[in-house]
Amino acid sequence: MKVRIFVTLKDGVLDPQGKAIHHALESLDFKGVNDVRAGKLIELDVDPSVTREEIDKMCDKLLANTVIENYQIELPETAS
Amino acid sequence: MQSAVIVFPGSNCDRDMAVALETVSGNKPHMVWHGDSELPSGLDIIAIPGGFSYGDYLRSGAMASRSSIIKPVIEAANRGVKILGVCNGFQILTETGLLPGALMRNSNINFVCKDAELEVTNNTTVFTSRYAKNESISIPVAHHDGNFFADSETLDRLENEGRVVFRYRSDINGSSRNIAGIINEAGNVLGMMPHPERAIDAKHGGTDGLALFESLLN
Repeated sequence: MKVRIFVTLKDGVLDPQGKAIHHALESLDFKGVNDVRAGKLIELDVDPSVTREEIDKMCDKLLANTVIENYQIELPETAS
Repeated sequence: MQSAVIVFPGSNCDRDMAVALETVSGNKPHMVWHGDSELPSGLDIIAIPGGFSYGDYLRSGAMASRSSIIKPVIEAANRGVKILGVCNGFQILTETGLLPGALMRNSNINFVCKDAELEVTNNTTVFTSRYAKNESISIPVAHHDGNFFADSETLDRLENEGRVVFRYRSDINGSSRNIAGIINEAGNVLGMMPHPERAIDAKHGGTDGLALFESLLN
């Protein structure tokens, strides 16, 4: 089972990489980009027996630093 | 004074740290590998050195802070053993939760490598008693992720409790309130981005770091 975890900086935490990307887009003459935030996508291939609760724990204990980051877990749509 | 230096894959200031500790104490530090699960007994101080443990994968210090030696390090910290984390060591200490906040990418996204002018904000700690209050010192920095971040409530608490130990004289990396080093509530765990072990010999270009190691002898 493929699980996707999106790790993003919390609102209000300065994102220097996002700012640099934003600046680079502007220097390439792309207009209308108001803000850029950079994050991480982590893909896990896990046994179907792994629960959502366990994945939450993985995020809290290692994959995200919850002092500065939020995470969002995307599970595959369950087969009917 | 009995000391240990924890060595991770990618540590690169471990031997400098060992030289600094041996210079002041006359005793060779124990070099302890990250995969060990116990520390030598009778330690007075454990140093977590700078470097790029695990290639800074995931986040700086994230992998190292979950390695097997960290559990006994946390237990030692809770018993009152002094812990000094420098640079990557500071990042590791925040990742373990022994120190609050996080070290983020420098605000100008550049790697900063130079001598930094610091203020000794608190000279009453076990790490800084040989400095004068508000003394200006010059200590090398070399980091990409030294931008100290904590929420304003945490920052206020650190300031009010005298737990900001070192401050940059000018903004070099975007750190909140120019914080360069902080200490835990109990006063035995210090984390700092600048490298005092790189300023203990005149041949280094300065000896302003020596007083930190000498303070440990008290």
